[in-house]
Amino acid sequence: MFEFLRPLWRNRHFIPAAIGGEFKSRVARSKIGTLWFVLQPLAMATIYALVLSEVLGAKLGGIEQAGAYSVYLLAGITAWSLFTEILTRCINMFLEYSNVLKKISFPKVYLPIVVLGGALINNGLLFLTVAVIIALYGFFPSFAWISLILPMTVSIMLAFGVGVVLGVMNIFTRDIAQVMTVVTNLWFWLTPIVYTDDQAGSSVGRLLVFNPMTPVVKFYHDVIVYRVTPDYISLLYPACLGLALMLLSGFVFWRASPEIVDAL
Amino acid sequence: MDKDILLTVKETNSPPAYGSDEGADGRALAQSVETLENSVRPVVLSVQNVTKSFTLYNSGMHRFWHWMGLPVKPREVVHITKDVSFDVRKGEAIALIGQNGAGKSTLLKLITGTMRPTKGRIDHAHSISAILELGLGFNSEFTGRENVRLSGGMLGHSPAELEALMPDIEAFAEIGEFFDKPLRTYSSGMQARLAFALATATQPDILIVDEVLSVGDAYFQHKSFARIREFRDNGCTIILVTHALPDVRELCDRVLLIDKGVVLRDGPPDEVIDYYNVLITEKQNAILTLEQRRNKNGWSVTRSGDFRAVVKDIRMFSAPSGKEIATARVGEKVLLKTDVDILGHVPQLVLGLMIRDRTGHVVWGTNTWFTRQAITDISAGERLTYTLEFECALGPGSYSVSPALVSSDTHLENNYEWTDNLFVFDVINTDKDYFIGTTMLDASFSVDRGTNG
Repeated sequence: MFEFLRPLWRNRHFIPAAIGGEFKSRVARSKIGTLWFVLQPLAMATIYALVLSEVLGAKLGGIEQAGAYSVYLLAGITAWSLFTEILTRCINMFLEYSNVLKKISFPKVYLPIVVLGGALINNGLLFLTVAVIIALYGFFPSFAWISLILPMTVSIMLAFGVGVVLGVMNIFTRDIAQVMTVVTNLWFWLTPIVYTDDQAGSSVGRLLVFNPMTPVVKFYHDVIVYRVTPDYISLLYPACLGLALMLLSGFVFWRASPEIVDAL
Repeated sequence: MDKDILLTVKETNSPPAYGSDEGADGRALAQSVETLENSVRPVVLSVQNVTKSFTLYNSGMHRFWHWMGLPVKPREVVHITKDVSFDVRKGEAIALIGQNGAGKSTLLKLITGTMRPTKGRIDHAHSISAILELGLGFNSEFTGRENVRLSGGMLGHSPAELEALMPDIEAFAEIGEFFDKPLRTYSSGMQARLAFALATATQPDILIVDEVLSVGDAYFQHKSFARIREFRDNGCTIILVTHALPDVRELCDRVLLIDKGVVLRDGPPDEVIDYYNVLITEKQNAILTLEQRRNKNGWSVTRSGDFRAVVKDIRMFSAPSGKEIATARVGEKVLLKTDVDILGHVPQLVLGLMIRDRTGHVVWGTNTWFTRQAITDISAGERLTYTLEFECALGPGSYSVSPALVSSDTHLENNYEWTDNLFVFDVINTDKDYFIGTTMLDASFSVDRGTNG
């Protein structure tokens, strides 16, 4: 009955080897390798903080504490980067691993796992750095932070649900990856990361309700910035959508699986 | 047209397959014992009715809708292999031969599991180690050592296992300091060395090798074949794709000829390879109307003349058995039959035959003028058959026969037809002591032993 599990066990060393390879390949020809995964989101947050709070004079309503807006940005970008990293990696994972797929026989389900492993490590490093920075602003970690596992799980589900379907389609229609860079960028701006949702105009505000990433990012804000009890119920919609999308991507993956290597 | 379809002449330092002390009878006996053994050995790989086809759609979205269960009509279905079935028993060494694009590599990929069959099934409950194309999913930025850790892990070895195997892999690959340099600085031969060393670091139950060895130099090829042979003798099943037919004869006890996605022949090496050679010869003859072409073996075929007399066919037969052959054994008595059709009036006809080796050097040649056998006054519609009987005192390798139809001792006066490299045949050494060169000299050593000074 568990016959199908046998190859999963036999090739178990694939996952650590592949994740290790990914990190090593980043160090291969760059001085600070992995650090870029932390520095890039931080640089992004710094730019927004400078431009929006200093130049445009944006302020975070409700909190008078210094640097509140920077903390708000950092929390949102940490949440967003986990989602977006998994999403973009999923879209390209089959092409990135085409050389391996063509030569080594291994269960293809490993690829999403490798992507997840790499993303969790990166996001963990980013999270630790962000925690240190916001502590300097006086926003200290609390036990409530443990509940962040929930929005993380939800965003992982959403990212895989969308990413695997698009990743499979991208093998056969390479335009997907190009289109998705634009879409992801738009998605970022339709999520309350840089602004708060009450700052959004009525037309954008209405869209935010449908964006499954809105409750995820707001959960981070509630826990880290506002330090209030987060809205657990609000995660129900993105969780259900994520689950449905994962089922869909599982189905597409299963249907496409025999043809994936043929097209690489 | 493929040029590398039949690289029969490849220098290998390997000794002959059979020693001279082992006569033909001994071989036949050994073979029948082997056949008996075969039927008892367990099947380790079973390929049943395997069809692989690529379905092409008008757009990527059509394919997507098809997965979702919508009835989308594909643009085209291309069959790569069609209904292929065969069983492989433990310890068998099998070669897949055939022209480029015949479906050999696809079949290996299906067996390895990187590709999935469209129809049919492949069963094996054993570990497979496969070297498909070049490399093993290597990363060009990594050093050889790092690639061994990366790909070795992906192949299923634990880190501890790999560290234990590392000295062996490094020693076998013999790429020196390059082992700790990035793969992008490697030559293709060095990549092949690393891939082979890693894939064969531990003995699998089934070893699959796809043409990688041809990238390596003669030294590494020899070394790799020694390891393959060692695995085979230890009971490992070998499946290889190669265009080097001498290797096939030496290493394999069964050959599958793949043509257009089907198994055309499945049997002992000499039988299948001869069939293959005949198949290729047929193909050459079918397009002889061209004035100049490069044939499948890479021989250039040039035809000139006024075509009043033409060579219809050249065939080689074994003199003792009378059986048509494409491969002659060193020292075998053979008959070379040349059929000549007369299409216009010919006052005097001389046939010249010339045998060349692979490098184009003339090994032997003469014509019927020198042998005082010119035929006179022949009219259209007649057919002449020339039979040249000779002992095949040639060294192992590939040779070509160029026939010329002229009116006297040179082709300058009346050239009816001159064709370079029309007929190609192979010579193999099965029962003589090992020697190199194109000529079998009737030579023997005698040794006097004494004290010096």
